[in-house]
Amino acid sequence: MLERIEQIKKEALESLQKVQDEAALEQWRIAHLGRSSPLMQVFSEFGALPKEERPRIGQAANQAKQVIEASFSERAQAIQEMKLNRALTEDTLDVTLPGRDFRRGRLHPSTQTMRRILAILAEMGFQVFTSREVETDEYNFQLLNFPPHHPAREMQDTLYIQAEGRGDNPLLLKTHTSPGQIRSMRYFAALNPDNPPPIRIALPGMCFRAEQITARSEVQFNQVEGLAVGEGITYADLKGTLADFARRMFGQNARVRFRSSYFPFTEPSAEVDVECFVCGGKGCSVCKQSGWLEILGCGMVHPVVLQNGGYDPRRYTGYAFGMGPERQAMLRYRINDIRYFWGNDMRFLEQF
Amino acid sequence: MKVPLSWLRDFVDIHLPVEDLARKLTAAGLEVDSIRYVGLPVPETKAGERHEFKSDGIAWDREKIVVAEIYEVMPHPNADRLVLCDLFDGREKHIVLTGAPNLYPYKGQGKLPRPIKVAYAKEGATLYDGHADGQTLMTLKRTKIRGVESYSMACSEKELGISDDHEGIIFLDDDAIPGTPLADYMGDVVFEISILPNMARCANIFGIAREVAALTGQPLKKPQIREQAGGSPIRDLVKIRIENPELNPRFVLGLIRNVEIKPSPYWVQRRLRLAGMRPINNVVDATNYTMLEIGEPLHAFDYDVLVRRAGGQPVTIITRTARPGEKLTTLDGVERTLSENNVLVCDSAGALSIAGVMGGQESEITEATRNILLEGAAWNFINIRRTAREHNLPSEASYRFSRGVHPALADVGVRRCLEWMAAWAGGVAAPDLVDAYPLPPVDPTVEVTPRDVRRLLGIEMSAEQIADLLRRVEFECQVDGDTVTVKTPPYRMDIGEGVVGLADVLEEVARLYGIENIPETRMADPLPPQLGNPAYEREEHLRDILVNLGLQEVITYRPTSQEREARLGIGGEAVRIANPIAPERSILRRSLLASVLDITEKNARLRESLAFFEIGPVFVSRGNDLPDEPRKLAIVLTGKRYSQAWDSKSSALLDFYDLKGIVAGMLDALALRGVSYEPLRESPIYHPGKCAQVIYDGKILGVFGELHPTIHARYEFGNAPVLGAEFDLDLLLSVEPVYTIRPVPEFPPVLEDIAVVVDDAVPAAQVEALIRQTGGKMVTSVRLFDVFRGEQIGRGKKSLAYSLTYQADKTLTDDEVATVRNKIVQRLQRELGAVLRT
Ligand SMILES: [Zn+2]
Repeated sequence: MLERIEQIKKEALESLQKVQDEAALEQWRIAHLGRSSPLMQVFSEFGALPKEERPRIGQAANQAKQVIEASFSERAQAIQEMKLNRALTEDTLDVTLPGRDFRRGRLHPSTQTMRRILAILAEMGFQVFTSREVETDEYNFQLLNFPPHHPAREMQDTLYIQAEGRGDNPLLLKTHTSPGQIRSMRYFAALNPDNPPPIRIALPGMCFRAEQITARSEVQFNQVEGLAVGEGITYADLKGTLADFARRMFGQNARVRFRSSYFPFTEPSAEVDVECFVCGGKGCSVCKQSGWLEILGCGMVHPVVLQNGGYDPRRYTGYAFGMGPERQAMLRYRINDIRYFWGNDMRFLEQF
Repeated sequence: MKVPLSWLRDFVDIHLPVEDLARKLTAAGLEVDSIRYVGLPVPETKAGERHEFKSDGIAWDREKIVVAEIYEVMPHPNADRLVLCDLFDGREKHIVLTGAPNLYPYKGQGKLPRPIKVAYAKEGATLYDGHADGQTLMTLKRTKIRGVESYSMACSEKELGISDDHEGIIFLDDDAIPGTPLADYMGDVVFEISILPNMARCANIFGIAREVAALTGQPLKKPQIREQAGGSPIRDLVKIRIENPELNPRFVLGLIRNVEIKPSPYWVQRRLRLAGMRPINNVVDATNYTMLEIGEPLHAFDYDVLVRRAGGQPVTIITRTARPGEKLTTLDGVERTLSENNVLVCDSAGALSIAGVMGGQESEITEATRNILLEGAAWNFINIRRTAREHNLPSEASYRFSRGVHPALADVGVRRCLEWMAAWAGGVAAPDLVDAYPLPPVDPTVEVTPRDVRRLLGIEMSAEQIADLLRRVEFECQVDGDTVTVKTPPYRMDIGEGVVGLADVLEEVARLYGIENIPETRMADPLPPQLGNPAYEREEHLRDILVNLGLQEVITYRPTSQEREARLGIGGEAVRIANPIAPERSILRRSLLASVLDITEKNARLRESLAFFEIGPVFVSRGNDLPDEPRKLAIVLTGKRYSQAWDSKSSALLDFYDLKGIVAGMLDALALRGVSYEPLRESPIYHPGKCAQVIYDGKILGVFGELHPTIHARYEFGNAPVLGAEFDLDLLLSVEPVYTIRPVPEFPPVLEDIAVVVDDAVPAAQVEALIRQTGGKMVTSVRLFDVFRGEQIGRGKKSLAYSLTYQADKTLTDDEVATVRNKIVQRLQRELGAVLRT
């Protein structure tokens, strides 16, 4: 009997070595551990054994069963692993095939740049104030200290709107965001005319010029203007604000340079250059080797403008600065044709 | 304005390197656009290195390009058009071959009584090629021309880079000493400077020199006018009558007799050329030179012509506006019809010149002119600007007059110019001037204190320091305690009165102090009240929603055309541009959808599917008043629903329901609950059966649908249907969103599908509404997942299959669910004749 058990164990273990897959393993299990397997046969014959042999035989049979079962689970695990390995080696993709497109929405590059600017300004305390696109000569020019026929008007070629009987106050498409200076000042001053509150706003908006549409000039373009009015605002504050803004917008090491300039609605006025963020100021094609990029115009709000806005220039001072998102995007992304922005060709838009 | 360095040095010593000077000027508002080197060393610029100023030009080698003199001009043995010059370069003699036509007159005359001084270039010198177009560098090499050896040359202005003149060689003035390096004798640098509108005072060499002196701390050397007069005084000969002092505040005349018209000295010609003007003759050059030098435009009349026109009477000069239809033939030979806005300088016989803009032909200076009446005047700058524009006559004179020339310069200009004429044309000025000055300007006086400087500029400065800065540009300053009383100098017209004058003067303080020296500070001023801008914030939020739904934002032109919008059937009154840049940009858009459709058309063949949106204003005319600018949202979809991947070949096209999905997604993201969609059959834009209006609280938020086939056919879209939507943004964003969030259920839901067969005409929305009503709170979701039509269910019928979710605050039993379901089915049966499909 013991030999028979030994034989059964030996056969079971030998045949187990040949089992290669799950189906064969299941067959093997039925054959060697199932109800009608030789080993189970031994157990069923157990009762017929002489009493004194039973413990010895029983122990041997149990031992054999344990060994077979252990080998079975070991084999089962090995087969699982083999199967997994096979799956992992055989089931592979050409990872270089293109992925399936997922329609991605995008903001227009101009909006993206505008948002960057406004987000920085917002953190610096400038709230967005929006105003209309068709303006009167009064708001676009006269209240901003451009008298009729003033030479400074030649700096801006204006698109006028057909309208009759308006005399010296024709309708026009705003040439800059600065009418918003008057509109916002008047809005704030109306809140408390005797004691107008301080102002710190950003004026984004589309502006227009009577310029032919070419790679370098556009009939419409966005502008953002910052305006701060209060009882203690200085030119030094303007310089500090723009230096801070430039570092946020163009990089922590961005240096700025102020050049005296002229705008009728600010005095003193300045142009602000930022050290070229493409070459770090060493000179490159973007900055035309100069190392500087002309980015902003700015100045202290002209007393006439403060007065027109309802702020007494003897009590209040203020500054304003303006910049163009498209121009900044062109410098940043090295876009050499401004027409791309309103051309809205997908081949351009998709790149943002 | 072109500013030669040598000319600046007449009035101020300059020790700074050229680029440093350019940097100082630029910082002070005199932006140097470019620097041209004409003989002086050009700074080295290596590739990939910063060079702040655009510069070009040529340096003259001090060894190889020198002053020389020609003693004799001899004929060439083999060529008529060439001559041989016997020349001395300060060290040795040379025979130099040249074809310069201005030497022909001296050919074969033997030894010249007075040698001709020339710019002489030796072998190996680098010059511009005189025969090439534009500026091409070349190196002078030894060669043989028609049998005569040549290794050097006498140069033209073009070869030296002074101008593009190659008509002949330069004849230098007699003070040139042979052997002197030409660079030392007349090497120069020319700054091209942009003059800002408030810096009109700097549109002359002396004006720039004044700034240089102020910025570098050097003394300013004012022009010293030497007057030598003789003969009868002018006041006995000429009278002036000004009809309108507002237009002509001052008019000054001087007279010079017995001039000889000939070319100016070479140094004058060279300076005029470097400054961008063409030398004409000594008298005309004197007027131009003086204008460039001190900023007063002058006009020279042939005095004898005026005497003749006066017919024996004394000459009377009258300034007045033109009479209707009055004509004048100007210097350029054009007969011009004048308008009543134009101011004329006339005599008793009629018009002589257009004031401040251009002279008349009859009284102009000719070779024969002997006696000259010289005008220096002040004009109304706006009037000159208009006149110059009206006749399209931009000139150096009108450029200056239209920006404002201080009347105090009128007599200074005349005196200076008479001095130059006497020097270059050999005449003698008549004693005195006639000076009509009916309207002298008031040069404002402004008080400035250190407090003002601190308040506006944020810098500390004593009253004395303020005065010192301002005196550098000739303000008269009196310091009394903390107050500086500042009198505007009589050369500038940009300083106002009162608070404006204060700002004007503080600007000068900042400029002269150097804005680069002003510190950078952070605002100490209190923050304003925070008001927010909900409309703007919601609009930006909507942009994000639409991008999240997979749409591409576009931004289109506001200016469009009638024709473009007519394609979409948009007509009626428009806001029109009076001076459009082109016919296709002549009105302001009335339809945002039309603009986005244009962009869709442009891209139709580029991509297999397009999904665009734009947010922005349209313009609604209100006649002669400001138009309304309502803001809109437009969406356009077209093309394939799925992009073509390499393993799937679905050719399904985007349709109404894709757009509706986006619209619903957008409204959902805006938390707008309870929106209804109603068919809209009479839209001219959309297919009558595929168009819906979006209604909320009785208001139409927008309309969307598939483009009407006739409209579709007007565009080059291809075959796919085009879906469009236009929303009233102000309305859409004015709805207060509902942000009540339901708790996440704790108990498991029961999911069940039911399909009902109804008449085809029954709208799906009605079925869904009944299910929701009947299901009440227990039915938390109703999703239509299939619509089926076919023989099995009968003609004119459709099957709608819904997936229902039952949910309660406990675990629902089968019976509870069945009860609700039966109620729903019975209600559908009763009210819509629906049959449960099994
Ligand atoms: Zn660069």
